[in-house]
Amino acid sequence: MGITGVVEVGEGVKQISGTPVFITPLDKVFNWARAGSLWPLTFGLACCAIEMMATGASHFDLDRFGIIFRASPRQADVIIIAGTVTKKMAPMVRRVYDQMPEPKYVIAMGSCACSGGVFRTYATVQGADEFLPVDVYIPGCPPRPEALIYGLLQLQEKIKNEKGRWGFWR
Amino acid sequence: MEKLLTELKELFSNFILEQKEKDVPTIVCQREGFLKVVSFLKERGFKHLIDLCGVDYQGYKAEKISERFGVVYHFYNLEERLLLRVKVPVPEDDPWQYSLTSLWKTANWFERECYDMFGILFKGHPDLRRILMPEDWEGYPLRKDYPLFLSPEEEWKGYKEFLKQVRGER
Repeated sequence: MGITGVVEVGEGVKQISGTPVFITPLDKVFNWARAGSLWPLTFGLACCAIEMMATGASHFDLDRFGIIFRASPRQADVIIIAGTVTKKMAPMVRRVYDQMPEPKYVIAMGSCACSGGVFRTYATVQGADEFLPVDVYIPGCPPRPEALIYGLLQLQEKIKNEKGRWGFWR
Repeated sequence: MEKLLTELKELFSNFILEQKEKDVPTIVCQREGFLKVVSFLKERGFKHLIDLCGVDYQGYKAEKISERFGVVYHFYNLEERLLLRVKVPVPEDDPWQYSLTSLWKTANWFERECYDMFGILFKGHPDLRRILMPEDWEGYPLRKDYPLFLSPEEEWKGYKEFLKQVRGER
């Protein structure tokens, strides 16, 4: 069986027929790899963290999406801001974010991280986007595990549509 | 319990301002002589300091209260299972109270919290610093005249600096 041509086997993925050679943009390969192994940081601030733990545990099982919690910011891709950010805590949150390697993403989980929630007070940051570039906002107080999973899947969708976010020359 | 209360009345009639039978037997004690009353209670089996907190009675309508601030103590007798509340009025223009750290080590952080939130100074405390709020915070947040939300001008300068730093980076 010789080479007969190029066959489209998936969206934007072509195979040289009869060979194990595929042709696809590099963007797609990187995005596929990133979206398939989103490693969030084990980092909780308040009651949303409990829900985040529940999502990671066996019943909701984030592992099936390739989402495995990492205990070090050096190994993490996503930081889930799970809970109320106080003004005293904000510099520490930012420092943990700064320690993460590129590409990095931020999910604001729950009303408090999105907008300060019910805590319009002197001590609370009115939304984590005051000091972090948030990618996905998940409302809820706290959001159910399904909502967090949906948020993570939305982030995967976002990553899959990124362009040129690789290489040191970018 | 009745026996103890009558005994207290006889021994410390000049310090104890009031005795009330509420949800918990309550004693209102003067600031002067407070340590004597409390060490007597400790000798009589009230060995457990359950909690210690401050109160701001500004605008309080349910009852006529002589002084603006108060410190409330709960003591527990573990052998006889008795609970006792001791209230100490603290005047606004001279807000201090005797520290209990010499009798109960637990009092250390309780008193720091009370100082942090109400600005009540504790005489004899070994390390009276803020415990919850940042060390350079101005004002005492749980006082009734403290604003719920600070305008950008009144914002804590630590957070302002942090935001400046973060937004300069981005």
